[in-house]
Amino acid sequence: MTETKAKPKKTVAWVEEPQLGFWESTFVPAIMKGLKTTLKHVTDRAPVTQQYPEQKPDLPLHYRGVHRLNRDEKDRVKCVACMMCATACPANCISIEAQAAPPEWPDRDKFPKSFVLDELRCIYCGMCEEACPVDAIELTHIYDLTGETREALMFDREKLLSVYDKTKDNPRDPVRTRRGILGPAAEFASLPTLGPATVVPDSDRSAKNPTAGVIKGSLGANS
Amino acid sequence: MATVTVNGKEVEIGASERLNCIQAASKVGVEIPAYCWHPALSVVASCRMCLVEVGDKKPDGTVAMQPKLVPGCQTPAKDGTVIISDSQKVKDARKATLEYLLLNHPLDCPTCDQAGECYLQDYSFNYGRGYSRLNEPKNIKPDKTYIGDQITLFTDRCIMCTRCVRFTREVSGSAELQVVSRGSHEEIDIFPGHPVNNPLAGNVVDLCPVGALCSKDFLYQQRVWWLKSQSSVCPGCSTGCSITVDQNEERVYRLHPRTNEKAQGHFMCDEGRFGWKYTHSDQRLTSPEARTNGHVTSSDFDSVLGSVRTALKKAAQGKGKVAAVLSPWMTVEEAYLLAGFLKSLSGEVTLAMGPVRIEGKDDQFPKDVKGNVVEPVKFTIRAEKAPNRAGVEAVLSHFAGDVMPFEELLRLSSTGKFSAVYLVGGDPEGWISEIQAEAFSKIETVIVQDILSSPVLKHATHVLPSGTFVEREGVFVNHKGLAQMIRRSVRGPDGTRPDGRLLWELAERSGLIQTDTLRSEIASAIPALAVIGNAELKVNGVLLDEAVVAV
Repeated sequence: MTETKAKPKKTVAWVEEPQLGFWESTFVPAIMKGLKTTLKHVTDRAPVTQQYPEQKPDLPLHYRGVHRLNRDEKDRVKCVACMMCATACPANCISIEAQAAPPEWPDRDKFPKSFVLDELRCIYCGMCEEACPVDAIELTHIYDLTGETREALMFDREKLLSVYDKTKDNPRDPVRTRRGILGPAAEFASLPTLGPATVVPDSDRSAKNPTAGVIKGSLGANS
Repeated sequence: MATVTVNGKEVEIGASERLNCIQAASKVGVEIPAYCWHPALSVVASCRMCLVEVGDKKPDGTVAMQPKLVPGCQTPAKDGTVIISDSQKVKDARKATLEYLLLNHPLDCPTCDQAGECYLQDYSFNYGRGYSRLNEPKNIKPDKTYIGDQITLFTDRCIMCTRCVRFTREVSGSAELQVVSRGSHEEIDIFPGHPVNNPLAGNVVDLCPVGALCSKDFLYQQRVWWLKSQSSVCPGCSTGCSITVDQNEERVYRLHPRTNEKAQGHFMCDEGRFGWKYTHSDQRLTSPEARTNGHVTSSDFDSVLGSVRTALKKAAQGKGKVAAVLSPWMTVEEAYLLAGFLKSLSGEVTLAMGPVRIEGKDDQFPKDVKGNVVEPVKFTIRAEKAPNRAGVEAVLSHFAGDVMPFEELLRLSSTGKFSAVYLVGGDPEGWISEIQAEAFSKIETVIVQDILSSPVLKHATHVLPSGTFVEREGVFVNHKGLAQMIRRSVRGPDGTRPDGRLLWELAERSGLIQTDTLRSEIASAIPALAVIGNAELKVNGVLLDEAVVAV
């Protein structure tokens, strides 16, 4: 450490290799330690191999598998065709064609006329799920996806809805929200005042009655 | 010369310029946000977004500021005016204004077509408060079911800037839109039974700073951040409106006007705005053909072009046996390439102007209720439905001395004077009738270069499928001699080639077509078009008679 001669700024720290002791230089303790591990495995008879496919693996809850398109309480597709998922998708695997909603659906302006998701192109990153303002697209625990042709794995709207029908009652794939309409911002009547994303002065009304997301600060003006 | 101070920076204003504070500030690059103000419309100062501090510099150097904020759009900038747009007072006022404008706004940005080019989003991001303090339910008005054939109104997104109302009153003159009710019940509406169907109606969609007025044609087609834009020129009539072409994945989705005071100003007509559909029509010619006795003998470009060249060279051996029709839909470059090539084959070649479609009379706006034009005229849809008559005429008079009309060529053709004619079409509405096409029935070689089918195709011995205005690059010269660039936005369908490339290869020029070099060649060859070598051409265009001034 003495090598770091007086320099204007210390950016590199030298670390010397520690000196070997007597036993360490014989390597005997290290060999014994290794043999102990080997013996432990040799004597352990409990199997660690998972018997897939007879035995299904226990996946973590955040596992990201095949997508589904959720239905709302009236069994319509929940998607509003805003194409945020297609915009967020880094693999460019979602293509949506929007259509104006029929007049008997007053809660939305448009819905997907066609929704095609290329399961082979998808990288299962979950960005679509994150981008969706109405929680219409979700990734399920289905991982064993097979098909005979590439076309069979271009999942269209009906296919994605059928994944929903198949998985909605599975406790591992809960429908994560109750919302059927366009996101939190659209729930005018039921939602509390939106908290500011910026630091607000203590005198501000929203700081006195904080909602989730309020950052109270002493930075003065919230500019 | 008047001097205005904007945020401490001084800017000179010309003696003839009459600017408001927003325009004066933009001269030094300071943006003063505004919703209701538009350079082509009257000032109402109702949105209060452009509030700034304004003062006066006295001759002794002291500055007297006005005690209250004033709307920048309504305050003229004169000598000694001091504008402050970055003080805390102004910033607070903008925050308050935006908070108010967003009180009842539904914030349905994900499903709104304007998202991405919305002034409400931009200004909220740049100047806004970032959150709402409204505890009460929002006042959401139902959307209008029908206000026009081309436009929809999402009443809940409207911020009542009244740009659309002023447009229909001041520019189209038809005054269909109005503000009904008062206060928080205020909304934009039409009088029952009088929808917004005037020929300029589409402009209200561009004028709308938020997503309230949307175009039915573009509604839900694309998210705007996916679109790639290219500056171009509308080929609908000889006004030659500057436009922007928006495309994604080789498909055009919309045209919208590009502000150009030299051309048309700020607007464009619906005929041009929605008149590009033929580009993606399934009626497009998509197969080059060489025919012998009515049977297709080859259908790839290389052999068809080779056979066109051979046929033309053979015909050119006779005296005055070759003729060509140059369409007013061609660019200057294409006309020059074709005329130059034919002239190089034979000095005796006959060059004629293609039919220039005239529909009715020039349609001028604004109009009063009786349909009479009100002066000053703010927009004209011209009767001459061809984008480049002036440019092609300039090329023709250079090569042929005069401009032969189409009828004259038809008469000469039916006498059997020619053994080869080269016909260029390009007019999507059709350019030749059955009877006119008969004139070419006896001619040995009829080469047709066109985008869509026409009656003359049945007499054609060679068919060359060409490109529409979004697939080509070149210069159009409008009715008053303004040369502007059209640019390639999309690739044409398989089996077509842009006219410029076709003619470049036909003329056996080496390499790929270089319109830049071609333009400088034209500029030096044709004195009347000398100005198209100018760099300004690529921005707002150049007037042909500017050449006289510049040289």
